[in-house]
Amino acid sequence: MKGLQERVAALRPALAPAVGKSLLPFAVAVLLAFVMDKIIGPGVGATWSKILLDVGIAILLAGSLNVINGYAGQFSIGHAGFMLVGGYAAAWLTFYGSVHWFGTKEPVGGFLGNGQLLFLAGCMLAGVIASVFGLVVGLPTLRLRGDYLAIVTLGFGEIVRVLGQITARQPKNVAAIKERTMWDLANNLGGAEGFSQVPGYTTLFFVYLFAFVLLVLVYRLKYSSQGRALLAVRENEIAAEAMGVDTTRVKVVAFVFGAFFAGIGGSLYAHQVGALDPKELGFMKSIDLVIIVVIGGMGSITGVVLGAAILVILPEVFRQFADYRMIAYALALILVMILRPQGIMGVKELWETSLWRRLVAKVKR
Amino acid sequence: MNLNTWQGLRTLALALTLIAFGACDKGKKDGGGGSAGGASSGGNIIIGHFASMTGPQATFGISTDQAIRLAVKERNAKGGVKGRKIEVVTIDDAGKQSEAATAVTRLINDHKAVAVLGEVASSLSLAGGPIAQKAKVPMISPSSTNPDVTDVGDYVFRVCFLDDFQGWVDAKFAFENLKAKKAAILYDQAQAYSSGLADYFQKAFQEMGGKVVTKQAYTGGNLEISSQLQSIKGAGAEVVFLPGYYSDAGTIIRKAREAGIKVPFVGGDGWDSEELAKIAGDAINGNYFSNHYATEEDRPEVKNFVGKYKQEYGKTPDALAALGYDAALVLFDSMERAPSLDGKALRDAIAATKNFTGVTGTFSIDENRNAQKSAVIVEYKGGKQTMAARIEKK
Amino acid sequence: MSGSDLLQTTINFLAVGGLYALIALGYTLVYGILRFINFAHSDIVSWGAWIALTVASAAGWLASGRAGMAPAFALPCVLLVTMAVCAAMGVTIERLAYRPLRKAPRLNVLITAIGVSLFLQNVGLLNKVFGNRPSTISALLQNDVLATVGGVQLRLFDLLTIVLTLVLVVVLERIVYGTRMGRAMRAVSFDERVASLMGVNVNVVVSVTFALGSALAAAGGILFALRNDLRMTADASWVLLGLKAFVAAVVGGIGNVRGAAAGALLIAFVEVFVHRYVNAAFPDKPWVGQLQDIYVFGILILVLLFKPSGLLGKAVREKV
Repeated sequence: MKGLQERVAALRPALAPAVGKSLLPFAVAVLLAFVMDKIIGPGVGATWSKILLDVGIAILLAGSLNVINGYAGQFSIGHAGFMLVGGYAAAWLTFYGSVHWFGTKEPVGGFLGNGQLLFLAGCMLAGVIASVFGLVVGLPTLRLRGDYLAIVTLGFGEIVRVLGQITARQPKNVAAIKERTMWDLANNLGGAEGFSQVPGYTTLFFVYLFAFVLLVLVYRLKYSSQGRALLAVRENEIAAEAMGVDTTRVKVVAFVFGAFFAGIGGSLYAHQVGALDPKELGFMKSIDLVIIVVIGGMGSITGVVLGAAILVILPEVFRQFADYRMIAYALALILVMILRPQGIMGVKELWETSLWRRLVAKVKR
Repeated sequence: MNLNTWQGLRTLALALTLIAFGACDKGKKDGGGGSAGGASSGGNIIIGHFASMTGPQATFGISTDQAIRLAVKERNAKGGVKGRKIEVVTIDDAGKQSEAATAVTRLINDHKAVAVLGEVASSLSLAGGPIAQKAKVPMISPSSTNPDVTDVGDYVFRVCFLDDFQGWVDAKFAFENLKAKKAAILYDQAQAYSSGLADYFQKAFQEMGGKVVTKQAYTGGNLEISSQLQSIKGAGAEVVFLPGYYSDAGTIIRKAREAGIKVPFVGGDGWDSEELAKIAGDAINGNYFSNHYATEEDRPEVKNFVGKYKQEYGKTPDALAALGYDAALVLFDSMERAPSLDGKALRDAIAATKNFTGVTGTFSIDENRNAQKSAVIVEYKGGKQTMAARIEKK
Repeated sequence: MSGSDLLQTTINFLAVGGLYALIALGYTLVYGILRFINFAHSDIVSWGAWIALTVASAAGWLASGRAGMAPAFALPCVLLVTMAVCAAMGVTIERLAYRPLRKAPRLNVLITAIGVSLFLQNVGLLNKVFGNRPSTISALLQNDVLATVGGVQLRLFDLLTIVLTLVLVVVLERIVYGTRMGRAMRAVSFDERVASLMGVNVNVVVSVTFALGSALAAAGGILFALRNDLRMTADASWVLLGLKAFVAAVVGGIGNVRGAAAGALLIAFVEVFVHRYVNAAFPDKPWVGQLQDIYVFGILILVLLFKPSGLLGKAVREKV
């Protein structure tokens, strides 16, 4: 008996190396984000830095949407609503907080200084608040399918937008802000005018930090049993239920997870543009994200990255066709659905395609 | 389609991405050409213009852009500035804040613009301003009326009046010229411009001794306003202040007349458009709005500008065009006066602009980098715009 | 809350309800047959309005630019022509974009519909097509006051809308319940495969459905434009209009002609009456008015959660 137990124990991986292996990708993510910010950013110049920033935020948003639409197969077209909610939460914290605790509206401190820590706290708050909304949206979806779910999520996005538009004016005067408590200011999110003068804390580092972390998490999710459960629900919900998958929990978790990162995306967006206009984060923005996910490949991580990169960069490169951009997107959507509904990558990852395998085989020889 | 085509498509997709990344030679396709220029070399002087050339506000951007280009063309025909020709690069921001930021970034970094003109919508100016400020490149907004825009920093200027002035102008006209003691306000609560202007009007009107009998709101785009109109009719107002955009104002005036509201309407510069009279039809007559200039004004600058614009583009220039023109002229004048074209020197020259006579009047740039100028009240008579009054700063 | 005020509000609500009904019918017909939400329906509505403008313009009826100055036969002509054109449009869209996906998962068709919607919106924006400036067709209707009873006005537009809606709904109902084609439509909506086995040409039925729905949408669009003028095709107001009509269709019981009409009346009731009386109750809180847009979604969520088959629909159990 003892011998068996000992042998089994020996087979179990040791704790420390296991934890290390588990955390390694995150450490790599931090490192890559650093490289992005300090080396690649300055290397490509200000314009392409901004473009890369946009791509990173798009990856974050589309990647989080992919978990809901791609993995769980729930058709959500209100994702921008989570972005808006997260953006408001973070902006409230950093703008009013900055005035209360640092005495200024400008960004303070250097790398991981007080200002950036406040910003990180803002991002976390954004994620949490957005995921609460994700829970709220996720719950009714339990009873709804396909088209109806789409309309309801669209409705939620619109509701968030209108709620944003009826908030109170944002005081911009430092003295006026200091007189009121943070709680008191919670309703002063700018109303229809939007929230402006958000301190510009977003850098390539933060964007790619969160983007890479999301990618790692999503990758792990896909090949885990929870991920399989998600995909099962997507393929055939009733069959999954029959096989013992708690479809309720699975769907809600997908929404909460997706909303969390969308909230962070919203925070990054707000601190980059410096403002948050509820009209700009309405259903058109949600549709933009859906386009990325659909064309890239619902359920594929590399597909989403590819989609984000293409759909952010292409308009920059083809500026003189700006009038026709939306028409091109629309046609792309229709053609993709008719000719290749799984998107460019489908559910597969880049390294799973035969193209890659052949390339690798050639290189190996 | 067979397997090879799919693989081909995938390769194509990958290739496109790589090309896009590889095309790191800073975007060649911006409108207006992007040759190396800038402050120091002896070549053309590059100025940037970021505007909504596509999207819901495209008409604003195109109007402004056409006027700026006209100004550039005229100036170049007279020899340019300091012997160098001027080149304007226009980058579209599609009416989105994030793209406004990208546009200004590109203009400054890729095209090495010595100064940036833009934008019309205050929210877009607010998005682009901080970037110009940080890069120490002067920015002149032709038409953003929200007071916050110039608060961004000392490199951001504007050549139009502010909404607090405009609201006061409208109140003064209603109170003194129209002799109205009781006013109703109908504003768009989804637009900061409209709600802001409504507030300024209310404050000014009440300070003058008038009474705001009712303040009704509508949500832009939703024109089921019969209940608001009922309320206004019942309140006994002598004038109605309607500080919305022309796309709503035309329909609202038509509906109001149908509902039996006979008193005059007064609006802000958001009314300025050819479509307003078309949509409102006969109902447009007998109404007024404050604007930056009137095409009928009997001043040589106006006649000149209207004539040349008509000749070049075949249509009558609106106030946005007039402001775009003046913004460009102020910039040229400042460039001429400045000892050099680098950021600080140009900025100081712009800040020192005094008594500049442009299409939109004679004005100076004050210490808050705003333009101290007068406003014009336009009246609709027989379906046409005529000038009813000029109101000076108090 | 005086009597005349109540009556005026009622007239309003009936007119708006009629508008919504015309558009909701298109949604409900298509959903009944194909089980998918035609996202592009709101764009047929906007295109209907703009095509009407183009036709009227070409015939020279809008030249004067003044309300009601076109000859009396102008409006019926424009209405008929536009309805025909939009019917053709609807059939074409179905043939090109939706038919290839007849057997595909519903989600794919939904995405395609979004694509068609975006396409129509942005093509309509082009200067060569309809442009991006607002316009009007008020010249087509002299919106006279027909009767005034103690402060309550009945205008020609309101009467026209109510009458036209009633007529079209009755005609539609006759078609669906009284003709062979109608029977074929109902058969396909019950079970497509069996219907085709019984000799129904499903493709023709689908085309007819789209034609009918699009023609009604065109009528709705023209009436809406007469009431509120035309904004550009990409404007959010059209999408919101479509969404409200869709919610009306769902609330009434999707796939059900009378349901769509009933739902439309309910949605219009909430909008007009709530707006009138709730807003009046909070004069110092104008933002209450902005909530109007989301009452509709609130109603939708409630209905979907508690009676998903709608008010007049029948509960359908999902079979494994």
